[in-house]
Amino acid sequence: MNKKQKNVLIRIIISLVLLVGIVVVDHSLRLNKWILCILYLIPYLVIGYDILKKAWKGILKKQVFDENFLMAVATVGAFALGEFTEAAAVMLFYQIGELFQSMAVGKSRKNIAALMDIRPDYANVRVDGQIEQVDPDDVEIGTVIVVNPGEKVPIDGVVCVGESTLDTSALTGESVPRNVRVDDEIISGCINMTGQIEIRTTKEFDESTVSKILDLVENSAMKKAKTENFITRFARYYTPVVCYSALALAIVPPVIQLIMGLEATWGTWIIRALTFLVISCPCALVISIPLSFFGGIGCASSNGILVKGSNYLEALADAKYMVFDKTGTLTEGVFEVTGIYPEGDITEERLLELASYAEIGSAHPISISLRNAYMTQAGIESMDETRVSGIEAVAGQGVRASVSGAEVAVGNKLLMESAGIVISSEHLEGTVCYVSENGTYAGCIVISDVIKSEAEKALKQLKANGIKSNIMLTGDSESVARNVASKLGIDEVHFELLPGDKVDAMEKIINHKEPQEKVAFVGDGINDAPVLSRADIGIAMGAMGSDAAIEAADIVLMDDNPAKISLAMKISRKTLKIVKENIVFAIGVKLVCLLLAALGLANMWLAIFADVGVMILAVINATRALKIRL
Amino acid sequence: MKKTYDIEVDCANCAAKMEEAVKNTPGVANATISFMTLKLKVEFEDGADVDAVMSEALKNCKTVEDDCEIFL
Repeated sequence: MNKKQKNVLIRIIISLVLLVGIVVVDHSLRLNKWILCILYLIPYLVIGYDILKKAWKGILKKQVFDENFLMAVATVGAFALGEFTEAAAVMLFYQIGELFQSMAVGKSRKNIAALMDIRPDYANVRVDGQIEQVDPDDVEIGTVIVVNPGEKVPIDGVVCVGESTLDTSALTGESVPRNVRVDDEIISGCINMTGQIEIRTTKEFDESTVSKILDLVENSAMKKAKTENFITRFARYYTPVVCYSALALAIVPPVIQLIMGLEATWGTWIIRALTFLVISCPCALVISIPLSFFGGIGCASSNGILVKGSNYLEALADAKYMVFDKTGTLTEGVFEVTGIYPEGDITEERLLELASYAEIGSAHPISISLRNAYMTQAGIESMDETRVSGIEAVAGQGVRASVSGAEVAVGNKLLMESAGIVISSEHLEGTVCYVSENGTYAGCIVISDVIKSEAEKALKQLKANGIKSNIMLTGDSESVARNVASKLGIDEVHFELLPGDKVDAMEKIINHKEPQEKVAFVGDGINDAPVLSRADIGIAMGAMGSDAAIEAADIVLMDDNPAKISLAMKISRKTLKIVKENIVFAIGVKLVCLLLAALGLANMWLAIFADVGVMILAVINATRALKIRL
Repeated sequence: MKKTYDIEVDCANCAAKMEEAVKNTPGVANATISFMTLKLKVEFEDGADVDAVMSEALKNCKTVEDDCEIFL
């Protein structure tokens, strides 16, 4: 509780005690009306002096239609009509409600801050052999920083000494810790769990992951959802309309009574009008909607999903078309041996052995994946280079070498054809490496990008969550694209696209859909940035994705897991549901109570419930958005 | 040019009014207030004198909502 809140609390307690005391005294002694009025004025002024002051200042500045004005008019009016207890009580409950609201908002601010408690306070830098704590802002690129167990990694960098386990859950929502050793890249915001490590920084603090994330979340509330803007506009018309209605309610019926020759009951109608005013306060609506969105965004961040604005969270609920980039999004973006097809009497093991030894000197990703596959299969840590001699690389075709006396050639079709070797098998998926031994075809090895293990389930979940069509865009060949699409159950594939073609394909999808349907694009690479910004909702893979893609995206998935998209949709829907509940509930209760007040069926107590009670319930409902689970 | 300021305001409706007041200040191209983070983001028109514009904006805010503050 801050100072302001404590101050109000003390005033609430004092005036509550005074009020109860006066009611008791009044009951037993039956005091004179004027004495009573003065007695009730004491708690009323204790609790309400600031409201009266604000209302008065508002009138001087011609800003009459705010809630202070409503409260002042209603309570002063009640006093004038001799409803002393109600007048003081209304003011008291109004202040209790305000206090509660400010505490609830403060608490959810704190909750969200705790979710995002990843800001590092210092970095350990070695100065003249001594470790000193310095502001992360002052650390230059290339400095070696020391991270002890239990500390947060303050700046992005590469491990240069030590080995450890990192807790990445604050960034990715992923609970399995990650092992790192020398030469591994690590991102700031992770917590070092086991061993001391030294990191050579590769970025400045401002450019590091942790600063970017904090910046992004703090700015997210600036991009307001349509519903939020609607309510703000609504409140702007609502308050004056209610005030004039109240005025009409106080004047018109008695005047009609006069015209009809009846006795005008001014008192009754003025009390009704005042009750009407108390009910009307729009705060429940105005506060609960941004609070719900902020809660939803906070909940998403704690699951490793960064949403850049309430508007995107809102739009995601209407997503009907999910467009994916292939490499790095649905697939790992890493090449692996996925098939070994020996020909003749050679074994799979032997084929892989020959190919990997022939490729021993190459740094090409395909060669690396061949060697990795062989070493895993043979259960060895390193390969014996002395077995290979006479390595001859043929540009754009492959490599020829002598492996333990056998003449081996590994490469594409061209390499085989130039040596007059006949390929007797055909494989369409992935990249195919043909292998020959002593001039005869020995078989082929297929290397392809591995589909992410979560991808298939993720796409199914999206369908279950109301996505009409999962679409894939790729620069890859038709055979590779169709193969991946059929494995994952993708509805529509566009292949062999140049970066510019991807934007055109996206345009076509956007022009094709119904206006209220939204198109989301999920991607990770640099050439995705234009498509990310063209889509209604751009979703970027954060951990592997490029900075440009993250910049252009509206939603960032920190752990690259496509299954998080349906979780994000779920959070979005739930948040919107809470928002709608609050709008319907608050407006509904208010309208009913306004009607009851106009008919004379509502008293001041009901009015207090309609104002403060509705606001409290709406705020409690809004904080549920923080706790959405899968 | 864009700048972000910390603000102090008690209710959401008041924050909305402040936002409107800042937006209507000459020299301000656009403004958004986030009541949840208590931050005001102002986009200035080209060549605007930031300090002068902001003190004017604060004055306008005080008119619509007395109990508010922009930490300039």
